[in-house]
Amino acid sequence: MATSSVSKGCFVFKPNFKKRKISVPVEDYFNKGKNESEDSKLRFETYQLIWQQMKSETERLQEELNKNLFDSLIEFLRKSYSGFQKSSRDWGCQIKLREIPTAALILGVNVTDHDLTFRSLTEALQNNVSPYVVSLQAKDCPDMKHFLQKLVSQLMMDCCVDEETKEGSIQVAQKKTHCSMDSLSSWYTNVTRKTDPKMPRKKRTSSSQWQSPPVVLILKDMESFTTKVLQDFIIISSQHLHEFPLILIFGIATSPIIIHRLLPHAVSSLLCIELFQSLSCKEHLTTVLDKLLLTTQFPFKLSEKVLQILTNIFLYHDFSIQNFIKGLQLSLLEHFYSQPLSVLCCNLPEAKRRINFLSDNQCENIRRLPSFRRYVEKQASEKQVALLTNERFLKEEIQSLLENLHVYHSNYFLVLRCLHQFTSSLPKYPLGRQIRELYCTCLEKNIWDSEEYVSALQLLRMLAKDELMTILQKCFKIFKSTSEKQLGSTAKRIEEFLAQFQNLDEAKEEEDTSGSLSKGLQKTDLYHLQKSLLEMKELRRTNKKQTRFEVLREKVVNFIDSLVREYLLPPETQPLHEVVYFTAGHTLREHLNAAPRIALHTALNNPYYYLKAFATVVTAAEKMDADSATSEERNEIIHARFIRAVSELELLGFIKPTKQKTDHVARLTWGGC
Amino acid sequence: MMSKLELKEDRMLEVQFVGDDDVLNHILDREAGAKLKKERTQLLVNTKKIIKKPEYDLEEDDQEVLKDQNYVEVLGRDIQESLKNGSAADGGNKVYSFQNRKHSEKMAKLASELAKTPRKNVSLSLKNDPEIINIPQCSKGHSASDNVQLKNNDKSEFLSTAPSGLKKRLIVPRSHSDSESEYSTSNSEDDDGVAQENEEDTNEVILNQKIPSQNRAVSAPVCKETPSKKMKRDKTSDLVEEYFEAHSSSKVLTSDRTLQKLKRAKLDQQTLRNLLSKVSPSFSAELKQLSQQYEQLFHKWMLQLRLGFNIVLYGLGSKRDLLERFRTTVLQDSIHVVINGFFPGISVKSILNSITEEVLNHMGTFRSVLDQLDWIVNKFKEDSSLELFLLIHNLDSQMLRGDKSQQIIGQLSSLRNIYLIASIDHLNAPLMWDHAKQSLYNWLWYETTTYSPYTEETSYENSLLVKQSGSLPLSSLIHVLRSLTPNARGIFRLLIKYQLDNLDNPSYIGLSFQDFYQQCREAFLVNSDLTLRAQLTEFRDHKLIRTKKGTDGVEYLLIPVDNGTLRDFLEREEEES
Repeated sequence: MATSSVSKGCFVFKPNFKKRKISVPVEDYFNKGKNESEDSKLRFETYQLIWQQMKSETERLQEELNKNLFDSLIEFLRKSYSGFQKSSRDWGCQIKLREIPTAALILGVNVTDHDLTFRSLTEALQNNVSPYVVSLQAKDCPDMKHFLQKLVSQLMMDCCVDEETKEGSIQVAQKKTHCSMDSLSSWYTNVTRKTDPKMPRKKRTSSSQWQSPPVVLILKDMESFTTKVLQDFIIISSQHLHEFPLILIFGIATSPIIIHRLLPHAVSSLLCIELFQSLSCKEHLTTVLDKLLLTTQFPFKLSEKVLQILTNIFLYHDFSIQNFIKGLQLSLLEHFYSQPLSVLCCNLPEAKRRINFLSDNQCENIRRLPSFRRYVEKQASEKQVALLTNERFLKEEIQSLLENLHVYHSNYFLVLRCLHQFTSSLPKYPLGRQIRELYCTCLEKNIWDSEEYVSALQLLRMLAKDELMTILQKCFKIFKSTSEKQLGSTAKRIEEFLAQFQNLDEAKEEEDTSGSLSKGLQKTDLYHLQKSLLEMKELRRTNKKQTRFEVLREKVVNFIDSLVREYLLPPETQPLHEVVYFTAGHTLREHLNAAPRIALHTALNNPYYYLKAFATVVTAAEKMDADSATSEERNEIIHARFIRAVSELELLGFIKPTKQKTDHVARLTWGGC
Repeated sequence: MMSKLELKEDRMLEVQFVGDDDVLNHILDREAGAKLKKERTQLLVNTKKIIKKPEYDLEEDDQEVLKDQNYVEVLGRDIQESLKNGSAADGGNKVYSFQNRKHSEKMAKLASELAKTPRKNVSLSLKNDPEIINIPQCSKGHSASDNVQLKNNDKSEFLSTAPSGLKKRLIVPRSHSDSESEYSTSNSEDDDGVAQENEEDTNEVILNQKIPSQNRAVSAPVCKETPSKKMKRDKTSDLVEEYFEAHSSSKVLTSDRTLQKLKRAKLDQQTLRNLLSKVSPSFSAELKQLSQQYEQLFHKWMLQLRLGFNIVLYGLGSKRDLLERFRTTVLQDSIHVVINGFFPGISVKSILNSITEEVLNHMGTFRSVLDQLDWIVNKFKEDSSLELFLLIHNLDSQMLRGDKSQQIIGQLSSLRNIYLIASIDHLNAPLMWDHAKQSLYNWLWYETTTYSPYTEETSYENSLLVKQSGSLPLSSLIHVLRSLTPNARGIFRLLIKYQLDNLDNPSYIGLSFQDFYQQCREAFLVNSDLTLRAQLTEFRDHKLIRTKKGTDGVEYLLIPVDNGTLRDFLEREEEES
């Protein structure tokens, strides 16, 4: 069937019904790809497993992060609602009755993730506060009429789900005819009266504690609402508040001042506003990274480049966690799709089991890994031969190597966190404020070779005692949390250090005379730091004698340094790191952060296509004499090709026709005006 | 005498304009100029001729073959020519003489304005630095009229040695483009003697610029419109003239080589396609290799589509064939909809319609597009076994690039069991999507530069160089009318004829119903106005006629088809009968 026609633009293709039933399973596409290699089925399953785990983990995180916010919001709604209930008696409450309880929810600029937040918020509210939760967006409500229409239709739709369909259809028909606050409030009294006898229902157990639940209206993007609509709505609904208990929730991207900027005092005084701050997306990212990547829970790891690309997209493009997760998903998929050995990228016991079933081909793949080759070269010659010829021996070796890799990672993250504790509080943050920055540098190279690390150590050598002790305590907790054998001793060492510092306290009184130095060093701005550094050098030169605190501090710093040097080796140094690390950053960038303009530009820079039409003009002119018989035709063709080139340029958006002059076009891009 | 007085004033203005260092030279020249009065009058006649003639040339036959020439080259050549002619002997004087004469002739009408605000000119003239810079050059030439030849040699030397300097100066006036473009337009106004009182200020600017340039450049007004083109026969012009010609250029330098000059008939779509099919594509082997490379991605695309991503293809070259191959190789066993975004009649509505009607077999109608979308979304959410692939060629086409359309398509594509693979071509296509839409689409980008021609995509486009053949409405006209009774055809033919007879009547709004009825009766086509009305309803249903209420409340009938098509239709009808 052709897909081009002059009369229509949509073509539907339906295969025969019999055929349709056989829906091709997804993994088939995984197998059929260009590298039809080993274990693809297993790989795909592993991918799905890990992805599902990661996804549920992120969802759990999201929930956890939102929990605090939602709890306080719900608490607020409850409180303000109880105000509605007892208001009738007391005069002060009557004044208050005019005020619409409002929660201003400060969310930050990102829009895409907020939908998710609002969705879960709606859910939470519906479960805990009121079945009547409506959320509106500015673009749906250009004026009051649409605003009310949307509100009414959503409200009625929500509760029509429960009620008989007949009634629902009547109401839906009604919604088009007139939507006013009056009809809303009469509807509300109707509904609450109706539901009263039916109250002992399963679904509304939590909300049934109130006889007439309030209506919660969420304005997702408060800033983009037109002021007039907002003002009118607030004024009108405050008039109806006694019969239509309304609670507003504003989603705010910028700052709470915007409320007062959008609404005049007369209107904002009708609101009883309370502020709620959501977690910033950067913190969110940190938690996600912490739980997904800086852990041994998931075997899959990102290389420095990939991580950099993903965080850059996050920080410079969209601030969207969802997008970040999408990038993570893509890298996971790419890894399992392109790396045949990714079959071993699973938890350790499973991987060990899988090693036994590796085919010869896969063994060959392992031998080809650069990191493994490097490893082999370091071995004794007999072992080299065995590794390269004996499959069985190879498999055993791989098992131990994978185990080593696992141990490496668990140590790695512990030491990384520990180092982060030390460096995150340093002035000017030589190694970055966030752990992801530190992680990136550690992934990239030997961190101890970097200047920043040296300066960080220098700064560490100047820490005051109490600072040092709190950091050590935190580190102690980090190491204590794990049951690793090798690093268990580290925890002990730290404990010892802590004890020594404590002892120092008692001993300190005696040498108070020389202790003044450390006090002077507590200041941490740069000027003082440099000054004190110089002073310290001087002092060192003059009196070599250090206080006991200084000796101990030196010891601690050296200890940390040795930890770093031992455990924070970049992953490239580990054999078989290719199995778990995804390195193809360029594909990721290509697919996520593409630059179509550059693609077009480079394609056009390749002159053979577009210049072809014009080049033929020249060549044709030369040939013209040779065969003058066909010259007319040739000219026609040149003309036609020129026309095609022009219309293609028009399609691509480089030029547009101008009305000013015949046959002239205006250039639109690249220096045109 | 009045004019003479004003002349003097003009001259004083001129002095101010030239700049302090040349005031002395200038005064000396005036004395020399007085001697040459007779010559001047003669020259005036000459200039008039020169001015007028080329202007006609330009206006009357645009298609004259003009030689494209480098600016600097031209300037240099003209100098040499003028040297040969010997007319350059009084080249310097000529400039000034024109200045005087011209003022008396053309500026007289504007002089009163000038007199009103003579002071302003000083300040204004200061702004025109490029001209000030240049005046010393020319005035030097005049001051020593004895050794003009020598000077001219100098000039040509200067030109040859420093062409880049000149070029730079050619660029300079662009900053003055506003006033300068005004200048070029208002020049014709001056010739007509139209002095605009309300534009005093702008006129002053114009005058200031005009005085030096008109004085010096004989052919300046001529070449203003096509400054880059030099008149070959304009041999009398000298360096300075050419220079100011360049400066008087309007801001946009466009070629006037139009396609009409090729004396080639506009091609229609069919012949264009035929012609192009004759061209054997070059690099076909490489292109094939390229597309094979992309074909290897098909399974990966399928995988990623199934995993919840949507795929967008970008890069130069038509991606239609690639998507077609994708469709035929991997989508044969699944329901899919191909959407030609480049089709001019495409709309979101039609996309949704084809989904609801043909995919979901729903025969109802919807109140709005959004209702329809909701319905589809619900349907797909309910039935998870339902799967649909959407292939959109040119998601960025004129018809689909709107915010609302993109929102709706994005919402469709965000469904778990609707898979979207689309192509974009426009340079700025990604600007269609904000963050919200991008997260709906969940794109994976793939660069697929194919270099293949956009044959299908541009075939609908009303390209400026392709003649609209009108074959489509013609064939539909024929088809519709064939199905009608002979009487109805006669009625319609009557209307066509009437419309064609009134071709030249600009106020023609249609044939009034009463007149039409009368005519039909006379031709024995209808017997009552009811039958006529019945026929008209039929026409209206086929969109063959349009009715309009005139100002007098009478109904007017009009055929909304262009006259060429109608004429073709009539011819064919006559052939057949």
